Amino acid sequence: MLFRSEENPDFHPSPEELQAEIKLWETWIGGIAAQGKFGSSEALDFTGKILHGNGTVTDGPYIELKEIVGGYILVKAENFDDALQLAQGCPVLSVGGKVEIRPIMHFG
Amino acid sequence: MPLLPNLFRTEYGKMVAVLVRSFGFSHVEEAEDLVSDTFTLAAETWGMKGVPENPTGWLYTVAKNNARDRLRRKGHFSDRIVPDLTRDQPLAEMPEPDFSPEGFQDSQLRMIFTLCHPALNTEQQVALCLRILGGFGIDEIAAAFLTTKSTINKRLHRGKSRLREELSTIELPPSSALNERLEAVLTTIYLLFNEGYHSIVTPETFRRELCADAIRLALLLTTNKKTNLPQVNALLALMCFQTSRFDARSGTDGEMILYAQQDRSLWDERLIGQGRKFLTAATASSENGRYHLEAAIAFLHTNPTESPEKWPTVLSLYNRLLQLHYSPVTALNRTYALSRIHGPKAAIAEALKIDLKGHLWYHLLLADLYGQTEEKAKAKAHLDQSLVLTKNPATKRFIAAKIAAL
Repeated sequence: MLFRSEENPDFHPSPEELQAEIKLWETWIGGIAAQGKFGSSEALDFTGKILHGNGTVTDGPYIELKEIVGGYILVKAENFDDALQLAQGCPVLSVGGKVEIRPIMHFG
Repeated sequence: MPLLPNLFRTEYGKMVAVLVRSFGFSHVEEAEDLVSDTFTLAAETWGMKGVPENPTGWLYTVAKNNARDRLRRKGHFSDRIVPDLTRDQPLAEMPEPDFSPEGFQDSQLRMIFTLCHPALNTEQQVALCLRILGGFGIDEIAAAFLTTKSTINKRLHRGKSRLREELSTIELPPSSALNERLEAVLTTIYLLFNEGYHSIVTPETFRRELCADAIRLALLLTTNKKTNLPQVNALLALMCFQTSRFDARSGTDGEMILYAQQDRSLWDERLIGQGRKFLTAATASSENGRYHLEAAIAFLHTNPTESPEKWPTVLSLYNRLLQLHYSPVTALNRTYALSRIHGPKAAIAEALKIDLKGHLWYHLLLADLYGQTEEKAKAKAHLDQSLVLTKNPATKRFIAAKIAAL
């Protein structure tokens, strides 16, 4: 699952708000882990660099898109329905973001 | 406990370890027989002549002399023939068994790493540790794991043959493999402890001994600087904190007393203090593994007065623990912690997502959560299901009382 959201330049959370935000994520991920379906998860920093084909480097991560990937979680789900169930309650949904569910491709 | 069974429990494993350290692992059964024979002789001799002044000294001397006799008797055969057949060193060249305190420590440490060898499965590791290091009887081990004596005998036998194929002497693993092997050792100790602490089928006295033995083995790991690592101290802290409530957890008739109803004066302050020391040692590095998280949770439960921060912290620790290591019991405990913060309805929604139907504690938890809402009928249905899932009379009475109180 990829967490996509738009950057909000007016969003300057207080330490308490940040703490509450962390708790929300922790509880959501804990709920998935409690079902034995957690694989791994990382949050990504909002800053980044982009290397282009012609060798130039720009500040990223967003180029044309306003939406950025803020992080991901790897889960063990039987099918899309199961994964959609797990995605319910993801904190990104309550701040106007989306959860993109993509199965991992297995080769061979 | 009477003197001889008590000595058997404390000395058997030490003596076998020292003998195997000297004879090599291929002679493990010989070492076990020799120690058993020593105890049989003690029972006969002490019965007639009285208990010697220094009973352990007596046992060590007899075992040492027996070992020397056997080495001499077997020497000829072993020196001439066995080396051609196996890669074992000749018996005559074997070092004298070292019955000093250092010798015991060193041999037992080697033995626990040997018995938790990756070539064995966890069941074999646990059974071998109980038998060879703990001196537990086959019938006791069978009872603890709800199986028959012949299953345990087979398990021990296969485990030993497999080890004989793998190694000839008992050694600590090289430092490159130490961490991985230590993990298997800690898992085994943790299983022993949990069997003792949580089992609802094992008699109380035996459970105490299992817990004590798990702690003894973990303490053994702290005696060597190579193995005195943060995760070992974290596991020790966890076991001390849990054991501190052993007396408070059940009433005079063996009935369960839940945490909230426990008489806090029965909590063992001395063990809590010990646990704190181990926890401090465990947090000396930045390492934060599963035993650290579990010890931290257990530590929060040792405080009789609950701060408003307690349950959010416990929930957060369970969330992290589940990401490192899933277990059904942890999932249920996490759901309980969640109910303490977000209320029974939110917890019921989470509980229904964890599919543990048929798990006694799953139904007890749901019964408890529904009991806090208007849905008493569902609470009763889950209590009825739990009643079917246990044979333990004390647990049955506990559930029946809950049904009556609804």
